[in-house]
Parts: sequence; structure tokens; C-alpha cells
Amino acid sequence: MQMKYIIAIVKPQKLDDIRDALTRTGVNGMTVSDVKGFGRQKGHTEVYRGAEYTVDFVPKVKLEVAVESSQAAAVVDAIRVAAKTDRIGDGKIFVLELSEAVRIRTGETGAAAL
Amino acid sequence: MKKNSVMKLAVFAFAALSTISAATAQDAEPVAASDAAAYIFNTVLFLVMGMVVMFMAAGFCMLEAGLVRAKNAATICLKNIALYSVAGLMVWLVGYNLIYGVAEGGLIGKFLWWTPDDAFALKGGTAADAESWYASGSDWYFQMVFVATAASIVSGTLAERIKLWPFLIFTALLTGFIYPIQASWEWGGGVLNAGWYKDAFGAEFSDFAGSTLVHSTGGWAALAGAIALGARKGKYDGGRVHPFPGSSLPLATLGTFILWLGWFGFNGGSQLALGTISDAIDVSKIFVNTNMAACAGVVSAAILTQLVYKKVDLTIVLNGAIGGLVSITAEPLAPAIWQSVLIGAVGGVIVTFAVPVLDKMKIDDVVGAIPAHLLCGIWGTIVVPLSNSEASFLAQLVGIVMIGVFVFAVSLALWFALKLTVGIRASEQDELMGLDKTELGLEAYPEFVSA
Repeated sequence: MQMKYIIAIVKPQKLDDIRDALTRTGVNGMTVSDVKGFGRQKGHTEVYRGAEYTVDFVPKVKLEVAVESSQAAAVVDAIRVAAKTDRIGDGKIFVLELSEAVRIRTGETGAAAL
Repeated sequence: MKKNSVMKLAVFAFAALSTISAATAQDAEPVAASDAAAYIFNTVLFLVMGMVVMFMAAGFCMLEAGLVRAKNAATICLKNIALYSVAGLMVWLVGYNLIYGVAEGGLIGKFLWWTPDDAFALKGGTAADAESWYASGSDWYFQMVFVATAASIVSGTLAERIKLWPFLIFTALLTGFIYPIQASWEWGGGVLNAGWYKDAFGAEFSDFAGSTLVHSTGGWAALAGAIALGARKGKYDGGRVHPFPGSSLPLATLGTFILWLGWFGFNGGSQLALGTISDAIDVSKIFVNTNMAACAGVVSAAILTQLVYKKVDLTIVLNGAIGGLVSITAEPLAPAIWQSVLIGAVGGVIVTFAVPVLDKMKIDDVVGAIPAHLLCGIWGTIVVPLSNSEASFLAQLVGIVMIGVFVFAVSLALWFALKLTVGIRASEQDELMGLDKTELGLEAYPEFVSA
């Protein structure tokens, strides 16, 4: 059974919408971390005590989901629709081949471990 | 804040004052309190207002803790509680009698520690014969908390890079000697009240609650320290200003509110008496004027930062509140309300424009104490004759210069003496790590993960 590992970098305020969309798609687990970074948005400027400065790294949320390959397109689509605001900085989705998965408690492997 | 001669005036010549106001009020005088009641109320004024001023130390502490980066927050808290304590000890050991032991028209008071002396009132003395009509300890306490306020101003400017112990050594010298000597010139009845001063400059120097004596004095000492110490590492790299945003703006705002509250004690208590109806009225007027000046400082700073930077700058608005308060401190009683609003609003303008100017001069003032306390202190003192017909611009200017030169020169000499002996600046490595870890061996917020 083929598996995919999907990584999405999204706006923090869209996380709840994405989780709901993925739950509806049948995804039953994910990992979320707070991250910072920049893309084409290249940060933004703030003003403190009369002096402008650039915030290079914008706060984002990184979402990681492992799914069966047959599910991958639907999951990517669900994330894309839920995360989209049509504004710069909506984020990116990366899809990787996943060679193995192991459930630690039972020792199950492959798709059974997802 | 001026004792002895002026106290006598305030307490005993109130009959004359009330006659003036009574002329318009059907020639009646306000009823007088008994001697005992006046003594108790005068004392209560000092004690309660003094407690409120003491709490300003907490205000400065929170303001500064909010405006430094998290890695230096615990150190600034330690400096604030330590400087208050050093000030208390020094004012007892030498400061108080340097302020009030000065000869009439003199330059320097007595080097003598303070002990309470309430024998006169305890042995049945009456107000009419008294030098002063309040418990001596209440007055000592009220003066002490003022000295601590001046020292608090210094810690904010020099935050994030000065070593703890050299800072406290300077604090001891500031609170034990520098502040008391210059304060004696005015509040102790010294040179700024001398007959020749009045003859030469048209009036005695006039500084009701200490725009110059407390706030500019702290500001001058801070400026000298900032020059001796240099800017925080990286602040002005590459000819640009690199802001170091404060760790907690809610904390800074709380600190400003506490200072504002404390200022009612600072200015209101400086009436020095609450034993007559006219004193009660004056203290109330002072509360109103103090409040209006701060309100105007906030609003003018908010409007100006919106216009200049296209966004309202919270920390400059907080400075605007302090700037308004410092501006009204030299004369919080005489102005009409519209004058207080004007005086305070100019304070807000001063801080808005002075903050970037200091940055251009590469003087790194972490919390904006130099604009708010030094510059607004000068402004507030100069503008006294606007509302007080007994003051003169020339006399104000000469007093500002005398105190400014004395405090700045002595402070600068002390800072450089400390710099060349024990050193005043934390090492570059320590500054990068943060003084909390290197000076205290802890973190202010150990459970916050910094990314």
C-alpha cells in the first residue's frame, strides 16, 4: 500500500477550518507546530517608538498528515480550499512519498499504522 | 515641598489668604480647624500621599519591565526594588539633613543622619509657635519617596546593558548627595530662595512639586549615564535605528497607570498641609490640574504619532502621559484648567518629537525617560510664570541652568569615574545572553519558549 506524507504551511488563523475540513475528508490524525518563515511575502514592517523595522519571519502553522496515496489528492484539495484567503501569505502544501509507518503501541506497519 | 518659612506661611498665614478670597465671598472666612485636627490632617496628608508616591516605584518597575526585552526583565525588577531601598537608607543617613539642614540662601546642608523630633507637639506646643505642624516622621517619609522617584528615572534609560552594582553605587551617590544638595537650594530655603537671587532675577525660583528638582534631576543623571555607557549593542548598527521591542506592552501600560495614580500623591501631597479648608481646596485643584495635564499629554501624543507615523505608537503615548504629568509638576496649583491642558499637551508633543531626535543622536534611552522627565521637566518649570504671577521667566531659567549644570556635571564625572574603575557596562557576551542569566542566574519568564 502506497502512502504519502503531506506537509502544509498555513496561516495560523485558518487552522481550525483546515482541521474541520480534514476530519470531513476522513483524516484521523495530524501533527501541528508553530513555525516562522517567509516566502514571497518577505515579512512585513512594524513601527516601535518612531523607528520602522522589518519582521522577517512571519508566524505560521505547520501541519503534517500521513495518508494512503489514494486519499492524497482529496486531502491536498481540502487543505487548499480551507486555507485559502486569496491574500499573499496563504502558504504552501508539499507532498512526499512515505516509505514506512509504524504504530508504536501495537507494532502495526504500513497503512494499518496510519 | 518647601519647608520651614513657607510651611509657616501655608499653615499660619492662611488667615491672610482667606481674607483675600473672602473679599469676594461676603467677607466671611472659612471656619478653622483646631490645632490638633490640623496637625493630624497635615500628617495624614504626608503619610497617605507618601504611600501613593512610594507605589510609583512599582509603576516605574512595571513600565521598565514591559519596555525591556524578556531577557533583561528580572534584572530591571531587581534594580527597581534595590534603588528604592538604597534611596531609603541614604536619605536617612545623610540626604534629609542635606536638604533641610541648609542655611538660608546657602548651598550645602548638614552631613548628619536623620532622627525624628516631635517633642514640641508632644509637650503641648501650639501651631502658632511651631516651626512645623506635622509629625516629623511623616515629612521624612514623604521626602524619601521623592528621592526614590528621581533614582527610578535613571534605571529605565540605562536598562539592558548596565551592570547591577555600579548602578547601585551611582544610585547611592545620587540619592544621598546629588539630589539632596540641589533640592536644598529650593526646598531647603537655599540659594534659589536667597534675597540676592530674587533681586537679580525678579523672583525666587519656583518649582512646586519638582519638575526640575526631581524629574529633570533624574533626567540629567540618566543622560550623563547614557553618554558614559553607550547604546545597547546593535541599536544603531549601519547608521540605522534598530528597535528592540519591549517584552510586554500591557505591563508597560499598567506601570504608566500606576505612575499616573502616584502623581496625585506627588503633586497633591506637595501642598504640604491639609489642616485648613483652603488647603483642602488647593489639594483638590492640584488633583484636577494634574489629571488634565496627563489626559492632554496622552491625547496629543496619540494624535501626533497617528499623523507622523500613520499608526498610533502605544509606548510614545505612555510617554505622553508621563510627559504631561512632569510638565504640570512645577506648578499644579495656579493654572486654570485650560492652562493645565495646554501645558500637558505640549508635554505630549515634546516626547513625540524628542524620542526620534535622541535616536538620531545615538543616545539610547530604553524607556524614553530623558524626553519625558528631563525635557518636560524643563518645559514645566519654564512655563510656571504663565499661571503664577509671582514667578519670573528669568528666575526659572537661571534655576534650571544651575541645577542642570550641577547635576549633569557631577553625574557625568561619577559615571566616568565608575567606568574607569569598576566598569559600568556588561560584557558583549553578557548583553547578548541577557542580564537576567548573567547577573541573576535566572529568567524572568522561564516557561516562555523563545523562538
